[in-house]
Amino acid sequence: MEMKNDRHKNRFFRVLSNQKVAVKTWEMVLEGDTSDFTAPGQFVNIAVDGKYLRRPISVCDIQEDRLVLLYDVVGDGTEKMSEMQPGFTADILTGLGNGFNLSADTEKPLLIGGGIGCAPLLQLARMLCAEGKRPVVALGFNTAADVVLKNDFEALGLEVYVSTADGTEGTRGFVTDAIKANQPDFDYFYACGPLPMLRALCETLDQPGEVSLESRMACGFGICMCCVLETKSGLKGICKAGPVFPKDELLWK
Amino acid sequence: MNRLEIELSGMKMSNPLIPASGCFGFGYVMSEYYDLNILGSISIKGTTLSPRAGNPLPRVAECPDGLINSVGLQNPGVRKVVSEELPKLAKVFHKPVVANISGFSIDEYVEACRIVNDAENVGIIELNVSCPNVHGGGMSFGTQPESVAEVVKAVKKVITKPLYVKLTPNVTDIVSIAKAAEEAGADGLCLINTLLGMRIDTKTRRPVVANKMGGFSGPAIFPVAVRMIWQVASAVSIPIIGCGGVSTADNVIEMMMAGATAVEVGSANLVNPYACKDIIEALPSRMDKLGIATLQEIIGTAL
Repeated sequence: MEMKNDRHKNRFFRVLSNQKVAVKTWEMVLEGDTSDFTAPGQFVNIAVDGKYLRRPISVCDIQEDRLVLLYDVVGDGTEKMSEMQPGFTADILTGLGNGFNLSADTEKPLLIGGGIGCAPLLQLARMLCAEGKRPVVALGFNTAADVVLKNDFEALGLEVYVSTADGTEGTRGFVTDAIKANQPDFDYFYACGPLPMLRALCETLDQPGEVSLESRMACGFGICMCCVLETKSGLKGICKAGPVFPKDELLWK
Repeated sequence: MNRLEIELSGMKMSNPLIPASGCFGFGYVMSEYYDLNILGSISIKGTTLSPRAGNPLPRVAECPDGLINSVGLQNPGVRKVVSEELPKLAKVFHKPVVANISGFSIDEYVEACRIVNDAENVGIIELNVSCPNVHGGGMSFGTQPESVAEVVKAVKKVITKPLYVKLTPNVTDIVSIAKAAEEAGADGLCLINTLLGMRIDTKTRRPVVANKMGGFSGPAIFPVAVRMIWQVASAVSIPIIGCGGVSTADNVIEMMMAGATAVEVGSANLVNPYACKDIIEALPSRMDKLGIATLQEIIGTAL
């Protein structure tokens, strides 16, 4: 595979496949140099033809030189992403942000995903499993047709609870309802999803944990100050200091 | 001989490239991408006397060939910039930097400039009289010749380093503002800052950025920048740092022909962290193709 200008944290990946996996969700599998990634929960910023800014997308999974991105088509930019054909060379800023903390003090982690926020939990689950931990997984969606990744988590041998807002699959309601209904035994949580969900988790769960936040970004690597969040230790760039923050750092202002 | 070398008010630079204020943080973060010492200089994040938290989110809206930002001069205040940020930058960048200073009153400008003037690695002070993001005094300084002259005179009294005034394009006659800055004692000018712009989300029917308006930058504004630099260079005799939409080596050459001695690169860094490095590396071959021996010789050739 010949790639021009391949350099530290700006890599060129070849699209191997790019297909719709749920009503508005696509899965892109790419091949390239994944050596800049250091933790699950990091993200990429991918250049899209005809758009000035890149699109920040969380990493769903990495296995050797395979990078998997799971993304919702929500606007022009992600629409263009969905049109990238196999063989297309994607210009990607890699290894962005701090991911999930794999050395958190936990024996029984709970992974909680809401909608497309389920994406970064897959690689996390795989790496926790490699350390001999058996995370329980709770995933929340609007409706059965939106459900993604359930089979992938189950393929790792993990217990998966699903909630749907309309009750078409699993527990009716939010992911917090699925947790209440199933009472999983856990001592720490890792979560990613819409802000109201993350806030509800941080405010209702007694266990310590960490959450991955989403924001409108420009650069994605900490220089423009467009995605800044006020935390207990001051103003932090979500792209650079995050996107994952410990529960006790967040102020929810 | 270094074909790219230029000089700015006595500050010798190995090339004219300066990452623009607000598009490179305080610089040191970027050293994980490349050795910053290839740059001519670095213009640091806009700094004010007191710390500022900046504007609410969202702060960014995408545009064709550019973006609107309304960061709102978030910065830790000049004292912390001098005690923490500039020393951190000095560890990885061993050349004088450009200190970009904003204020909301003459007194604030004067005090912030006085403090930053003493920082060892500050080579030039760049007075931002043009940031369109902040309500109040910040806007009016750069839009009237009298207030530009007043702030320049006051700041010049307390500093020893060269003072460059960064001009806003959001005026009816930029030449009159530039002349006022020159007559008041500015050592140089920097132009242009961002154009005031707005995007509206057609789904929510509301402006995209929380502050409603913001500064429009990126390749789309390059022709406006070239025109204004050309107009100002025709009317003043102090050096100009060109700024606005520069993304390529050809843009640098064109802006220098319009009258810029050095060139700042802003938005391009946000979409390509290697933008300045790419431009510096591309310059010699573009100069060869255009029959340019040294960059120094092309400054203002279009005037």
